[in-house]
Amino acid sequence: MKLVVAIIRPERLNDVLEELFHAEVKGLTISRVQGHGGELERVETYRGTTVKMELSEKVRIEIGVSDHFVDPTVKAIIDGARTGEVGDGKIFVLPVEQVYRIRTGETDRAAVTPVGVPPG
Amino acid sequence: MALNASDTAWLFVATALVLMMTPALGFFYGGMVRSKNTLNTLMMSFSALGFVGLAWALFGYSVAFGRASQWCGGGEYFFLRGVTLDAQGTIPHLLFFAYQGTFAVITAALISGAIVERMRFGPYIVFITLWSLFVYAPVAHWVWGAGGFLAKLGALDFAGGTVVHINAAAAALVCALLVGPRKDYARQAMLPQNVPFTLLGAGLLWLGWFGFNAGSALGANRAAALAFVNTMLAPMATLVFWTILDLMRTRKATAIGAATGIVVGLVAITPAAGFVSPMSAIVIGAIAAFPSYFALLYRAGTRLDDSLDVVAAHGVGGVAGALLTGVLASKGWSGGAGSGLIDGNVRQLGVQAIAIVVTLLYSTLMTVAIVKLTGALTPLRMTAREEGLGLDVSQHGEEAYSRGEGAILLLDGRRSE
Repeated sequence: MKLVVAIIRPERLNDVLEELFHAEVKGLTISRVQGHGGELERVETYRGTTVKMELSEKVRIEIGVSDHFVDPTVKAIIDGARTGEVGDGKIFVLPVEQVYRIRTGETDRAAVTPVGVPPG
Repeated sequence: MALNASDTAWLFVATALVLMMTPALGFFYGGMVRSKNTLNTLMMSFSALGFVGLAWALFGYSVAFGRASQWCGGGEYFFLRGVTLDAQGTIPHLLFFAYQGTFAVITAALISGAIVERMRFGPYIVFITLWSLFVYAPVAHWVWGAGGFLAKLGALDFAGGTVVHINAAAAALVCALLVGPRKDYARQAMLPQNVPFTLLGAGLLWLGWFGFNAGSALGANRAAALAFVNTMLAPMATLVFWTILDLMRTRKATAIGAATGIVVGLVAITPAAGFVSPMSAIVIGAIAAFPSYFALLYRAGTRLDDSLDVVAAHGVGGVAGALLTGVLASKGWSGGAGSGLIDGNVRQLGVQAIAIVVTLLYSTLMTVAIVKLTGALTPLRMTAREEGLGLDVSQHGEEAYSRGEGAILLLDGRRSE
């Protein structure tokens, strides 16, 4: 099992979700975060105060998947999130030690397999 | 005629009320867009106060209320020459100019609802300024100006159903078609960012509309009292019927629906306000709910991205109101100023239809020309990337809901030590 963590542009979230849906990846968590990659700084002015926005709004997606689902998941995220400009984000694939489904107590592979799909 | 103190006092208040409608429209519209476009949407209304207002003072007023011909005014009032403190009717000419200016501003700002969330700010400003001079001012002349041809024909438009609402809606339709839909339109759910803003805007529009309609009597008189009360009653009826339609369709009385219903009722009563009985105003408000309600539903299923439904609310509502004015205008209530079908005046309905068609045609053709001209000078639209980022940041360099995290203060040369 792996945990796929992706940091993407907020305006690409809908495209990414659409791609993930087509790739039949279900079960994910998103959070709004702020981060700094290599993108160009953005300058904003409020009356006499000019500020440089060092942090950009990003969305973090976390998806727990079984091993053979890692590639389709990563591909779907890249397809949805890429604009070709600096600031498109990153994808991290992390090993996962154990997974529990709270409702049933199922563990590991059974726990990351969506309901209704035979684990396989 | 001599100046009348009560009339003048009421027009001071009415002018301020109508001026407030433009910021109110900004909030009405601003609540319905996505949060990344809040400031841009508000600015599309606020900037009209400056650009259109100034254009009105320098040129527009003369085109609308000069006396050159029945088609448009001349240059006699350019740069406010000859706009003095002498009486125009029973109020100072200068105050009359200011009152009419507030109408020019909000009419131009109304159009923005059709092109929010994708049109670049610069070309928008150029467009509404030119539009106010070449479309709004002549149409105002036809209906309200000295010897305007629709006035001579006998068209009834008490406070601007045709001049303001039908006119702006035709322009909105053209703009939505020529600028094109938002990149996410019909692809992604685009939810209103702040429904309370929209309700606040609708409430302030209603308040301002008392100045719009009752002020159009140009005095503190019987017509003003009639228009005032009708402006209260008609939206009440629209609100009730809109809510009933909402309940029948989805079993939920929506807040955005209530805000929309109020505006549709106000639009519909605008041409009729000083001509119809209070019971007729209720009828107009009630009837007007239906065509606009179903026009909204229909529009949402089409490729026409009239984003904030200017056509359904102001166009369809405006046409309903203008036609119903031809039906319900009453000699008794209007003091002889207008009579419609209920008084046996069959001709009036035809005259109303002519005024509607002429305004639609002129506004459509001229708007096409002005949008094409503006588009030839500079691109009308954002790039898809900027549109995705939001117009607040890309057009204004500000955010509506800035959290300030990660913001670093830049000290410029003058202030650094």
